[in-house]
Amino acid sequence: MNITRREMLRVSAVVSLMAAAGLIGEAQAAEWNKAAFEGKSVNDVIKALGGGAPEKSGSIAFNAPDIAENGAVVPVAVTSNLPDTEQIAILVEKNPNTLAADFVIPTGTEPFVSTRVKMGQTSVVHAAVKAGGKWYVASKEIKVTLGGCGG
Amino acid sequence: MADPMRVRATENGGVVDVKILMKHDMETGQRKDASGKTIPAWHIQTVIAQCKGKEVFHANFGPAVSKDPFLNFKFKGGAKGDKVTVTWVDNRGDKRTDEATIS
Repeated sequence: MNITRREMLRVSAVVSLMAAAGLIGEAQAAEWNKAAFEGKSVNDVIKALGGGAPEKSGSIAFNAPDIAENGAVVPVAVTSNLPDTEQIAILVEKNPNTLAADFVIPTGTEPFVSTRVKMGQTSVVHAAVKAGGKWYVASKEIKVTLGGCGG
Repeated sequence: MADPMRVRATENGGVVDVKILMKHDMETGQRKDASGKTIPAWHIQTVIAQCKGKEVFHANFGPAVSKDPFLNFKFKGGAKGDKVTVTWVDNRGDKRTDEATIS
């Protein structure tokens, strides 16, 4: 008990020191876009990410299953064929918060990402891509037979 | 201390393919425990991958990313023997850094 308390004190001391030194705090808070992750609709999220209404695009390859048996693990892969792709975001329309993940693509990195997301229920899933300062979107409905957000 | 993640980086035709498997509960903040209290959200917020001091990938995760997140991306400019360093930070400020050599 004593040790854990001491550990705790030490850790919090380090954290506050780091905050004081500006290592964590505002810069990092700004990077993780809270407003975007709290957005409740596709337009809210894109707006919070600094874009206007996204345009539909056929140049985004969005690879995901039609039916996901387990909503807790839905594999999604996005490949953008748009020039100057800067950012890729994955949005699940009917989740409590729409934005699942957002990826920044620096120059030299392929405009491709693959990950796994949770889905509460059957929903339309959007792959949004920012290319040349504009947002484009490709959508797909994924049916979920077992929700991933229940408890 | 957080559990180590598994990082694999393979080079093929000038493109490095990086696969990362992180070990994290990714609690959504939506679930309730047996007594009906909401379990607070606890999830990875940012994942940064670097190669030779340059940031090659940056991901921001919300709580809707699956438990034990998997991430796959590709970048140019890495060669066999170079190191890829991956760091994640969660919303409690916990972090973990792991490294892999490109093969």
